[in-house]
Amino acid sequence: MVTIQNLHKKFGRNQVLSGLNLTINEGGIFAILGPNGSGKTTLIKAVLGMVIPDKGEITVLGEEIKKNSDYRHKIDYLPQIANFPSNLKVKELIKMIKDLRKPTDEDQRLIELLRLEPFLDKKLGNLSGGTKQKVNLVLTFMFNSPLIILDEPTTGLDPISLIRLKELIKVAKAKGKTILITSHIMSFVEEISDEIVFILEGKIYFKGSIQELKTKTNQQDFEHAIASILTNNHA
Amino acid sequence: MKSITVFFIAIFIANISIAQTIEVCSTCPVSTLKEAITQSKDFDTIIVEKGSYKEHAIVVDKPLTIIGKNYPVIDGEKKGEIITITADNVTVDGLFIINVGTSYTEDYAAIRVKNSKNFVIQNLVLEKLFFGIYIEKSRNGKVYHNKIIGDAVEEYNSGNGIQLWYSKNVEIEHNYVEHVRDGIYLEFSDDCLIKNNISTLNVRYGLHFMFSNDDTYQDNTFENNGAGVAVMFSKRIKMYNNLFKENWGTASYGMLLKEINDAEIIGNIFEDNTIGINIEGSNRINYRHNSFSNNGWAIKVKGACYANNFTENNFLYNSFDIAYNSNVNDNVFDKNYWSNYTGYDLDKNGIGDVPYRPVKLFSYIVNRTPETIILLRSMFIDIIDFSEKVSPVFTPDNLLDKNPQIKRITW
Amino acid sequence: MLKILRYSFFDLMRSRWSYVYFAFYLLLGVILLFLNNDLSKAVITLMNVIIVLVPLIGTIFGVMYYYNSQEFTELLLAQPIKRASIFLGQYLGVALSLSMSLILGLGIPFVFYGLFESSAVWDFSLLLITGVFLTLIFTALAFNIALSNENKIKGFGYAILLWLFLAVIYDGLFLMTLILFEDYPLDKLSLFGTMLNPIDLSRTLILLKLDISALLGYTGAVFKQFFGTSFGLIVSFFMLTVWVILPVGRIINKSKKKDF
Repeated sequence: MVTIQNLHKKFGRNQVLSGLNLTINEGGIFAILGPNGSGKTTLIKAVLGMVIPDKGEITVLGEEIKKNSDYRHKIDYLPQIANFPSNLKVKELIKMIKDLRKPTDEDQRLIELLRLEPFLDKKLGNLSGGTKQKVNLVLTFMFNSPLIILDEPTTGLDPISLIRLKELIKVAKAKGKTILITSHIMSFVEEISDEIVFILEGKIYFKGSIQELKTKTNQQDFEHAIASILTNNHA
Repeated sequence: MKSITVFFIAIFIANISIAQTIEVCSTCPVSTLKEAITQSKDFDTIIVEKGSYKEHAIVVDKPLTIIGKNYPVIDGEKKGEIITITADNVTVDGLFIINVGTSYTEDYAAIRVKNSKNFVIQNLVLEKLFFGIYIEKSRNGKVYHNKIIGDAVEEYNSGNGIQLWYSKNVEIEHNYVEHVRDGIYLEFSDDCLIKNNISTLNVRYGLHFMFSNDDTYQDNTFENNGAGVAVMFSKRIKMYNNLFKENWGTASYGMLLKEINDAEIIGNIFEDNTIGINIEGSNRINYRHNSFSNNGWAIKVKGACYANNFTENNFLYNSFDIAYNSNVNDNVFDKNYWSNYTGYDLDKNGIGDVPYRPVKLFSYIVNRTPETIILLRSMFIDIIDFSEKVSPVFTPDNLLDKNPQIKRITW
Repeated sequence: MLKILRYSFFDLMRSRWSYVYFAFYLLLGVILLFLNNDLSKAVITLMNVIIVLVPLIGTIFGVMYYYNSQEFTELLLAQPIKRASIFLGQYLGVALSLSMSLILGLGIPFVFYGLFESSAVWDFSLLLITGVFLTLIFTALAFNIALSNENKIKGFGYAILLWLFLAVIYDGLFLMTLILFEDYPLDKLSLFGTMLNPIDLSRTLILLKLDISALLGYTGAVFKQFFGTSFGLIVSFFMLTVWVILPVGRIINKSKKKDF
C-alpha cells in the first residue's frame, strides 16, 4: 500500500527523518507514534506530498509520488488543525471539496451521524473547535478512498462524537481500507489500532502489534511500554 | 475696406492723370508683367489674367496697382528675386508667386518692398520660396491676407516668411505662414501692428523681434514652431491675446523674452509647450490674465529679471509652474490661480490662507541634472519638495504668491 | 486552478476587507471629484495616489491573505490538486478581487460624473490599467515574501520594507546616483533604473500622459526616442508584463519546493 525507502528530511539544521524505511500493507489500522518532534507529522506530510523529502522514495499504491498529484485521489486526509476559510459556510466548503475531488453522497449520512445539520448555514469562522473538527471528519470520510490518514483525529471532540469517530474508523477498516493514525491519546490508539509504528530520532524504532510491543518492552500496560521506550533511549 | 480705399485712391488719381488699365495675358498684346510695367505710366492699373508667367527680376519703379485675376502664376524658375518694389504707392494683389531663387549671399524674396511708402501687399500666395515678403526701409504699408507656404527644413538655407527691416508703421494682418525659417521677423522696425496671423510649423521662430520698439502683436496663433516666438532686445512691445501652442523640444518655448523692457503681456494662452515663457534679463513687464496650461515649465526665469509683475494669471497643470536659476527674486507674484495649490480657504474669501510657493526644489535639481526629470511625480521628490517648502534653502525665500486664488480666474 | 481561483475570489469578495477597500476607493473617487470639480484634475490627483497606494494595499493584502489561509492551503495540498494550481489560483483570486475593488470603487463615481463624455476617459483607462498591473505585481511579490517566510511578523515587515523601498527609498538612491554621475551621459542609465522598479515604471506611463511637454525638453536622443514615440509606451507595458511574470514564476517554483 505505502512503501517508504530511505527517507531523509532536514528542516534547517534539524534532521527530522534520517533514512526511514517503512512498508504498510493493505488493510488495517496503523498508529504512528513517537515523542514530540520525532517526525510523525513530517512522515505523514511526506506521504501526502506536502513535505518534499531531501532523499528517498515513496510509493503509494504502486505510484511514485514525486511530481505527481493524482495519487492523492486515493487518499483521505484529516489535518491536525482544522482551520478553514472563515467566510465560507459549512455546506459551501463541503460542496467545494466535492467539486475539487469528485461527487459523493456520503456527506449526507456523515452530517446526520455527526449532528451537523444546524451548522450547515453557518460561516466556518463562527464555529467552535469541536464543530470544526466534525466538519473536518465529514470532509475526510465522505470519499471512500482506499487510504485514510488521520492526524490527531480526536482533538476537540466530545465523547459522543468520539464514539462516532471510532465507529467510522471501524467501518472503514471493515471495508478493507488502510488507515494511518497519529494520536497522543494512548487509550484511543490501544483500542483501535492493529499495528504500531514507533518513530524515534527519525527512524522506525518499532513496528508491530501492541502485544509485540508489550513483550519487547516487558511491560503489561501499553502506556508504560511506550514510556519505557522513551526512558530507555533517553537514559 | 482696403480694396475700397484703393479704389477711391485710384479714382482720385485718375482725375489728375487719366490712369490707364493694362491687361496682361498670354494671347494679349502685352504678354509679360515686365513689359506691362515698362509700358505703363504712373498710377496705371495692370490686370494679370489667369495663366503662367515665367518671369523674375520684375522691378516696379512707379506707383502702380498690379492685380491678379484668378491667381495667375508668376514663376521665378529659381533664378533670383521675383518682384522688387522701389516706388511709393504700389499695390500688389492676388498673385501666385512661386520658385524664388535660393542664394547664400543674397536674400532673394518673392516680393521685396524697398525704400517705399504706402504700399499694399495683399491676397498673395507664395510657394517654393526663399524669403517671402521682404519690407526694407519702408513705411506706412500693409501686408494683408497672404498665404506663405515654404518647404524649409534647415535654418541655414531657408529664409523668413514676412521680414521687416528698418521699417516703420507697417500693419501685418490675417496672414498665414508655414514651413519657413521665421514666420514673421522684425528687425529695427518700430510701431508695427501684427494681428490675426497664423504662424506654424516653422523651422525656427513663429515670430521674431530684434531691436524693434513700440510694436504690438495680438490675436495671433503660434503653433508647433521649432522654437516658438522670440522677442529680443526690444522695448515697449505689447503682446495681447495670442495663442502659443505645442512648441516642443529641447530649446523650445512658447515665447522667449531676452532683454525686453517695459512690455505688456496680457490675455495670452500658453498651452502644451516645453517652456511657456523663457525670460532672460527682462524688466518691468506686466503679465496679466494669461493662461498657462499643460506646459513643462510655465515660466522659466534665467539671469537678472527685475520688477516684473505676474498678477491674475491661471497656472493649470504644468509640470513645473516657475523655475528660477538663482535664489534672488525681485518679481511680484500676486493673485494668480495655481492648480497645484494645496492650501485651504477657511474664511471663504476666495483667497487661499497659506501662500503658494511656485518654485520647487526639484526644478533646481532638474536644472542641474536634466536626466532626473524621470523622477517627476515620485513620492521621494514630493517629500524633498515639501521639506524645501517648509524651510527654503535653494529657492528664493520671498518668491511666493500671498494671495493664491481658490478658483480659476475668468476675465 | 480555475476552481481554486473561483473559490479564493468569492471567498475574498465576501470578506470584510474587500468591502473596506472598495469603500475606500469609492470614497477617494467621490472626494476627489467633489473637491476638484473637474474630472481631468481628479484623474491627475488620482494617478499620484494610485501609484503609491495600490502597491501598498497589494503587498499588505497579499501577505495577509497568504498567512490567513495557510491552514486552508494545507487542506488543499492534501487534495489531488497540483501545487502550482493552488498558489496561482489563490494569487489570482487575491489580485483579481483587489483589482475589482479598484476598478469598481473608482469607476462608479467617475462614470456617474460623466467620464464617458469627457476627454479624460483615456487617462482614466490608463490609470486603471496601471493600477491593475501594480496589483498583479505587488500581490505576486507579497506571495513570494510570504512563501519564503514562515514567520508572519517577519513577512509583514519585509512586505512593508519592500513597499517603502520601491516607493520611496529607491527613488532617493536613484536621484543620488544621477546627481553623482551627472558628468556622464545618463539617459540610458535613467531609463534602465526606471525599468527596474515597477512603481517607477507606472509613473513613467503617467508622465508620458501628463508631462510630455516637460520630458521633451531634455536633449538625450534615447530619451527622445523613448518619450517622443510610442516606443516608451510599448517598452513600459512590456516591462510591466515582465514584472508580473517573474514573481509569478517564482511563486510556482518556490511552491513546488516548499514544505508545509
